[in-house]
Amino acid sequence: MNRRPRLPAAAQALVSGDRRALARAITAVEDGDPGADAVLKALFARTGQATVVGLAGPLGVGKSSLVNALVGYLRARGRSVGIVAVDPSSPFTGGSVLGDRIRLERSADDTGVFFRSMASRGSVGGVASATRDVIRLLEAAGFSTVLVETVGSGQVDVAIHEVATTRVVVTAPHLGDEVQTLKAGLFEIADVFCVNKADLPGAEVAEKDLSELAALGTARDGWRPMVVRTSAIAPSGIEELWTAIEAHEAYRTASPDRLAAERRRLAAEIVERVRDRVAADLARSLDGEPSLAQLLDRVVERSLDPRTAAELVLAARARRR
Amino acid sequence: MSPRPAKSPIRVLIAKPGLDGHDRGAKVVARALRDAGMEVIYAGLRQTPEEIVRAALEEDVDIIGLSILSGAHMALFPKVLALLRREGAARIPVFAGGIIPDEDARRLRRLGIRAIFGPGATLEEIVRTAQQLARGPS
Ligand SMILES: Nc1nc2c(ncn2[C@@H]2O[C@H](COP(=O)(O)OP(=O)(O)OP(=O)(O)O)[C@@H](O)[C@H]2O)c(=O)[nH]1
Ligand SMILES: [Mg+2]
Repeated sequence: MNRRPRLPAAAQALVSGDRRALARAITAVEDGDPGADAVLKALFARTGQATVVGLAGPLGVGKSSLVNALVGYLRARGRSVGIVAVDPSSPFTGGSVLGDRIRLERSADDTGVFFRSMASRGSVGGVASATRDVIRLLEAAGFSTVLVETVGSGQVDVAIHEVATTRVVVTAPHLGDEVQTLKAGLFEIADVFCVNKADLPGAEVAEKDLSELAALGTARDGWRPMVVRTSAIAPSGIEELWTAIEAHEAYRTASPDRLAAERRRLAAEIVERVRDRVAADLARSLDGEPSLAQLLDRVVERSLDPRTAAELVLAARARRR
Repeated sequence: MSPRPAKSPIRVLIAKPGLDGHDRGAKVVARALRDAGMEVIYAGLRQTPEEIVRAALEEDVDIIGLSILSGAHMALFPKVLALLRREGAARIPVFAGGIIPDEDARRLRRLGIRAIFGPGATLEEIVRTAQQLARGPS
């Protein structure tokens, strides 16, 4: 029998299907609440198997509508689906309007779906790491397929999509997006290109253009991106989209590089956590430190430069250890 | 894992139950709350009380704002409150906006709607009240 250590109460509730426990744990992750750490530590062993589909692309191409169509498709096949929809926070007020949920058409009692809207809040790295942890919580709660929608602001998309197992880049006809998408760095991350709004004229041309571009590019990890055409509102092409996603999942899981890739990702996460902790500790210990204030005075009057000041701070810390 | 750290943004659900055709007013309020630093989950038009409560729980919001013009408030608002109670989430404050006669407003307040804004309410008033309700008694 597979024996596991007893879980903390919040983690136990989440695993046994308590949706509010899941919702609260997600909030704790977003808030950087230390309470989330215990839950994530306890649940880590139950994660890592989910299919995580990232959907990225410019404003209004139909990502949320596609999410809705995919949810319908997957629910009809008995799969439960977790959704994370990330929108940017205003850098000035910190506020945001999270409107992706509008497109979701599920009966209110369908427990096979859990939809969570997330604001990007602080840094690009911060939202990517929060998204990764939220996906883990969803998986531990039994949602073995997770869809992640992000709005097309290149940097954030690319960072978040490092946590996806299959990346879908969505475009629509006549947006002049192909070039934009390339610029945003999205082209390189795509495992599947989806030309949505195929019910509008120009979709075939867009598909052809993308296919040619995809054929020109070098295959990443031996995978050449597939191109599919969908209409999220008809709907049509949804089965083809899912088939392409599954094809990539099958390729990925069979890849001999799979374990090495997983090791790379987890190594990066450990380093990132160490760095964050060290930075936070340092910031706390420097706060109100008189020697820093004195150094700062000299830097302000240009009798000391910031680099040397940083070296002096580090040397002082090392001595105090 | 509660209460939330004071510096975390307030999460608010804005929904429009009933069959109203447009949501201009609700959108204006949503933007004002965003500009005040809140994370506004905008659920859109024609939400049933069940959908509203489900969204509120999944999104783990601190407060719910309901907007209505169609006159169905006496049927729909108490339903939302009852569902929240059933889910053990009665402590999530609910405020409302729309065209609501004084007599109805009094009854809705007695039932547990914490604040009601008519067409004359200013955005400042709404934002301030939402902040106070979300942060709880201080
Ligand atoms: N004609 C057509 N319209 C669509 C299709 N998919 C989505 N739309 C419409 O496009 C608009 C935007 O759709 P969303 O699904 O919200 O797009 P989005 O990419 O999630 O938008 P953001 O999250 O704001 O970037 C809506 O009016 C949809 O009804 C489609 O396949 N065909
Ligand atoms: Mg969207």
